[in-house]
Amino acid sequence: MQQDFYIKDWVKIKDGKISNSKSEIFNSSEKNLDFFLKSVYDFLELKYPKFHKMDGLSKLGILGTEILFRENSISTDTALILSNNASSLETDRQFQESTKTFASPALFVYTLPNIVLGEISIKFKLQSENAFFIAESFNAEFLKNYSESLLTSGKSSEVLCGWLNLQNGEYDVFLCLISSEINISFSEECLKNLYFAEND
Amino acid sequence: MKKLYLLDDAIISPLGFSTEENISAIREGKSGLQLQQKPEITENSFYAGIIDESPLNDAFKAIGYPKKYTKLEKMMLLAVQQILNKNPNLNLAETALVITTTKGNINLLKDPGNFPEIRLKLSELGQVIANFFGFVLKPIIVSNACISGGLGLAVARRLGSIGKLKNALVVGGDLVSDFVVSGFNSFQALSQEACKPYSRDRNGISLGEAAAAILVIIDKPESSRNIALIGDSTVNDANHISGPSRTGEGLYQSIQKALKEASISTTEIDFLSAHGTATIYNDEMESMAFHRSGLQNTPLHSLKGYYGHTLGASALIESIVTKHSMLKNHLYSSKNFGELGVSKSLNIIQQNGEKQINYALKTASGFGGCNLALVFKKE
Repeated sequence: MQQDFYIKDWVKIKDGKISNSKSEIFNSSEKNLDFFLKSVYDFLELKYPKFHKMDGLSKLGILGTEILFRENSISTDTALILSNNASSLETDRQFQESTKTFASPALFVYTLPNIVLGEISIKFKLQSENAFFIAESFNAEFLKNYSESLLTSGKSSEVLCGWLNLQNGEYDVFLCLISSEINISFSEECLKNLYFAEND
Repeated sequence: MKKLYLLDDAIISPLGFSTEENISAIREGKSGLQLQQKPEITENSFYAGIIDESPLNDAFKAIGYPKKYTKLEKMMLLAVQQILNKNPNLNLAETALVITTTKGNINLLKDPGNFPEIRLKLSELGQVIANFFGFVLKPIIVSNACISGGLGLAVARRLGSIGKLKNALVVGGDLVSDFVVSGFNSFQALSQEACKPYSRDRNGISLGEAAAAILVIIDKPESSRNIALIGDSTVNDANHISGPSRTGEGLYQSIQKALKEASISTTEIDFLSAHGTATIYNDEMESMAFHRSGLQNTPLHSLKGYYGHTLGASALIESIVTKHSMLKNHLYSSKNFGELGVSKSLNIIQQNGEKQINYALKTASGFGGCNLALVFKKE
């Protein structure tokens, strides 16, 4: 039986702008990553002390999912399927630098791209399917296929999938919540259109 | 969900440059772990399984120019080449390439040598492997900590089940780089002796490097005896990013879900290939999860005493060894096991033995709270 899935909601964080399926949420001219992350954290009134120890990739992932999950009730078996190009390279470089003096265990733990999946799982109490993939660039076809394999097999009832890249202080986040509730079609074309659309 | 059949495989490790050499080394109780000194990183000596460059380059010369490729690439390329040699008619235009690694060519961060900076990228590693042989499809790259290698098999099965691939080469590999040695040392997680999974006197991990590759297909092969992946699950602990759940919750749930999907009960599992890194907390967590699952009497081993922890390759290598255990009905001992040092009883394999193995379970866990369970069946 062919089952259809839909994009329930999405969030984009890029070039100081944050938007979701309804509207633009936040806009900042701040160029420095840490200051930008702090301003979004304050804007969302997050109050999550664990946030402060995270690396940039995990902070971006937490902010993105926070925006999505505030607007949408989530099921506890929501799968987390993220991808990017730079893996954890931003933190890898910082850890490598620390090895010149005293290698930092606090940095080392973030030198894996899937750590952000753990941080999201902890924050939202999701004991669910996780996978992190690396690709040259945003791969709508793969994200759609892999998400559908989890949804049709019943391994997950909903999927959070997307792109979460951080390199040289430049961030590009696009997260989608996929479910069987009728909404935007979960097609390769729709994913591409949403990802590539310029924020107005 | 469809089944995923495991066909030809290859392991490149300090124990040998083929699966056969690796299995016979394990059967003879040989270990690839050797004492290492890296005074620039740590004042303590430690054990690790490192592949000698010179025999690797000698082996690689048969297929390529050694200076053009990084150590990890050469290991992975050699593994894939062995499988292609056995399958000359494999259609590379429709064979998916699944690469599993945690850190790839991370050693280039400190010392790039003559390689361009882009070679650090895992996507580039995938492309180098694909281009070398002429794979057409974009490589699928899994980087999900220490479950990556086994997750690669699950990814192939999942995509195959919805008709998105018919066959795939799953390739895993990681190095003992200064990067990971520094990191685990900073965590005080490196054992000064060869690691001792599940033992009372265990005191941390030994690192290892290896690459492995396996050809997997969705359609049932014509050969008479096959091993198939029939259940798979990953569940996050949602507890801590660098320490396992004390109750083994994520691993327990992974096992339950994988068994349920395979439609078998715990009592039908004849053999358990566990993770067993030999850190205090990991092995203790596994004992909790296995006990909760009713697996306390199931013969189990950890292969870390032979290989060390090969990170993104480990669960793939361990799945390959499990496949051969099942085909031969052999149980391999859990090397360096002394006296049980976890709070729940486990049936650790202390001597090689024989047993009819119809169903086997492979588990793995990693940083980020990830856990994986795979159920294999002999048909």
